[in-house]
Amino acid sequence: MLSLKNLSKRFGGVVAVDRVDLDVAAGEVHALIGPNGAGKTTLIHQISGSIASDSGEMHFCDRNITQMRPHDRVRAGLARSYQITSIFRRFTVLDNLALAVQARSGTSFSFWKPVARENALFDEARSIAAQVGLSEKLDATAATLAHGEQRSLEVALALATRPKLVLLDEPMAGMGPEESKRMIELIKRIRAQVAVLLVEHDMDAVFRLADRISVMVNGRLIATDRPEKIKMNAEVRKAYLGDELAA
Amino acid sequence: MTGILFLEQSLNSLQFGLMLFLLAAGLTLVFGIMDMINLAHGSLYMIGAYLMASIAQATGSFWMALPLALIATAIVGVLLEISLLRRLYERDHLTQVLATFAVILIANEGVRIIWGNQSLMLNAPAGLTGPVTLPGGMQYASYRLAIIAVGVAVAVLLYLLVTKTRMGMLVRAGASNREMAIAMGVNIRRLFTIVFATGAALCALAGAMLGPILAVQVGMGENILILAFVVIVIGGIGSIRGALVGALLVGLVDTMGRALLPIAFAKMFPPQVASNLGPALSSILIYVLMAAVLFFRPQGLFPARG
Amino acid sequence: MNKVLTTGIILGVAIVFPLVMHVLDQAFYISFATRILIYAMAAASLNLVLGYGGMVSFGHAAFFGAGAYIVGILAFEGVTSLWVSWPAAIAVAALAALAIGAISLRTRGVYFIMITLAFAQMMYYVFVSMKAYGGDDGLSLPSRSTGLGISLSNDFAWYYLVLALLMIILYLLHRLLASRFGRVIEAIRENETRATAVGYPVFRYKLLCFVISGAIAGLAGALIANQTSYVGPALLHWVQSGTLMIMVILGGVGRFWGGPVGAVVLLALEELFSGSPLLGPYSLHWQLPVGIILLAVVMFAPQGIAGAFAKKPQ
Repeated sequence: MLSLKNLSKRFGGVVAVDRVDLDVAAGEVHALIGPNGAGKTTLIHQISGSIASDSGEMHFCDRNITQMRPHDRVRAGLARSYQITSIFRRFTVLDNLALAVQARSGTSFSFWKPVARENALFDEARSIAAQVGLSEKLDATAATLAHGEQRSLEVALALATRPKLVLLDEPMAGMGPEESKRMIELIKRIRAQVAVLLVEHDMDAVFRLADRISVMVNGRLIATDRPEKIKMNAEVRKAYLGDELAA
Repeated sequence: MTGILFLEQSLNSLQFGLMLFLLAAGLTLVFGIMDMINLAHGSLYMIGAYLMASIAQATGSFWMALPLALIATAIVGVLLEISLLRRLYERDHLTQVLATFAVILIANEGVRIIWGNQSLMLNAPAGLTGPVTLPGGMQYASYRLAIIAVGVAVAVLLYLLVTKTRMGMLVRAGASNREMAIAMGVNIRRLFTIVFATGAALCALAGAMLGPILAVQVGMGENILILAFVVIVIGGIGSIRGALVGALLVGLVDTMGRALLPIAFAKMFPPQVASNLGPALSSILIYVLMAAVLFFRPQGLFPARG
Repeated sequence: MNKVLTTGIILGVAIVFPLVMHVLDQAFYISFATRILIYAMAAASLNLVLGYGGMVSFGHAAFFGAGAYIVGILAFEGVTSLWVSWPAAIAVAALAALAIGAISLRTRGVYFIMITLAFAQMMYYVFVSMKAYGGDDGLSLPSRSTGLGISLSNDFAWYYLVLALLMIILYLLHRLLASRFGRVIEAIRENETRATAVGYPVFRYKLLCFVISGAIAGLAGALIANQTSYVGPALLHWVQSGTLMIMVILGGVGRFWGGPVGAVVLLALEELFSGSPLLGPYSLHWQLPVGIILLAVVMFAPQGIAGAFAKKPQ
């Protein structure tokens, strides 16, 4: 569904992403792991379009999206959540989700009819909130939510655009064990409809969820394989996993 | 268009550009390090000119008044920073714009109340009132040459300060990454106050030097403030080198444009058109320049931020 | 307070005001109130782009002044019908906003503020240099616009016409802000990255908002030209832009009545402190207390006056 070929990005003298080849199949949860500074978030930025690549190509659902503007990629079905929570803080949870739903249901160059009357938008927003477990918090201002709830809203916003593939950038960042468990359950639930490219440091979650794991070190992809094989890959152990597995 | 005219306008450009640099340098540092839009910068320029005129009149000496005016304005600047401006660093740009706009209103009225509505007389120092003969036979006002000399001296001094001293290094670090500077233990508050005081002194110097040429009156700050902002936008926020290059560019384009465009237009178009078009176009030239620079380099020519 | 009730009260006061003034034999204040209404419209248009859209435009006077000058120039050339000159004013202001917005909105933060300021100064210099249309001294209009069958030099008629237009504009803004477009604009102000990430082509929305705001300012400009039967370059000066911004912040940034309330307060303060009829440029010394009040509001009550009356979010 998503295929990256030879993708590169440099900042000045530093090569952040070095000739990366990666693909994500429909229905798959593909995890991307690697030490801090490996270039994972830069790669996510390139895929979502907020950073232009220096070289390489990206294809999504058989379309070449390499030059496509970020909002067009979203419309094509490629959504993302952010590592640092990026929500509409002063809107309620319901309004947050309704805005995302509104984006893909008809034009928003409509100036006369009040949005408040569009029940279909809000019904769908409610059902998405239910999916991520935020039904109790629909009328709460987003800024007042607990950290874990905000991360859930973050993911929900990505899902509200009805994507075919979602890029999750450390969804569990800063979450406690209870919340992490809920997020893992959520990702398990959505994998049927939405392919997932998951960047995470929480190894427990990664090994529970991933169909395949890619390991990125210093901008290069050093391995892509099923989780069991990755665990035993000598290079990967040396570069990254060694300490985690020993524990 | 003769060679003499060209040389004269070149010198005028240099003179104007260097004075703009004095204003722009302080402004770009405040902007770059404290991330603060300070519209009251022009008011410091005005206060500097007024203080200079008053002290010069009281003492009867231009050269004695100059350092006094600089110090006095620096003190005003520090008081302003401590009482008001430092509360604005954390606020958003709109708030800064409005608050410093309010300071302009207050400063303008304050000056009117103290000094009245008439513009003040500030005379060039004795000995610099006459023209000087340059190599090649051309006459040029000696005072304007003095301005150029002062401008160059200050530019060199600033360069040395910023690149060779520890204080300068802190300033540059603060301009390119404030959080990092704080993390490294730099006393940001004191640094800010010093930067601000220096900026105020530079404003006063520009106001004092330009006083004999331009009028010392209320509202003189606003006119030159916009030019200073254009300079730092072109040069890149936070960069003194950018301020210098930007100021010289703006000085050049503005002075040359005003001098040459009407002549060129008079040759090309009928007088009716030329008399309307010429001044209009030369006034907007620097804005066209700014738009052009921003189009190719949205961060200015030498952005300090990484 | 109930929104409909508030609107009703304000409308009621506005309708009754000139009649009361007439009875009290204070006809001057009818003209003063009309001036307030016109600035209320201009401030409301700025509030759309600044308060709701989050775009700190420091060049709004360009659209206000351009609208005024179009009416002035057309009147000078013999075209006085408002059916021609007022739509022309709106169209020219909208076009200017389109051109300026298309370039400025590609920049961010302080660069945006500076570039809008610079463009407004450009417009100022263009109009100042038009010697044929008054240059520095400005242009006097022979009379107020014609075309409605009644003479608009009658202050009563003029007041009610301006009031009607203001109410129409405010109603349109109300619907705009409640519509899908309004939601998107506010979302963009809240978090532009996230708005893009849910699929909105953010630039187009900002530009359209900018143009709508400019068009309304152009209409306000057409009205101000008629109000004083005079247009001058001061209308385009950046100090005028600053004045409009002061109105918006005094009244309440992003609050619906922010623009109008700010206009009332600022102009009333000006009248109070200057003690002389408001006909031309600001008179001396009133700026000092206004500056102090502005500073106080900005530092201690950034929500403005309308904000102080609004419910606090829970």
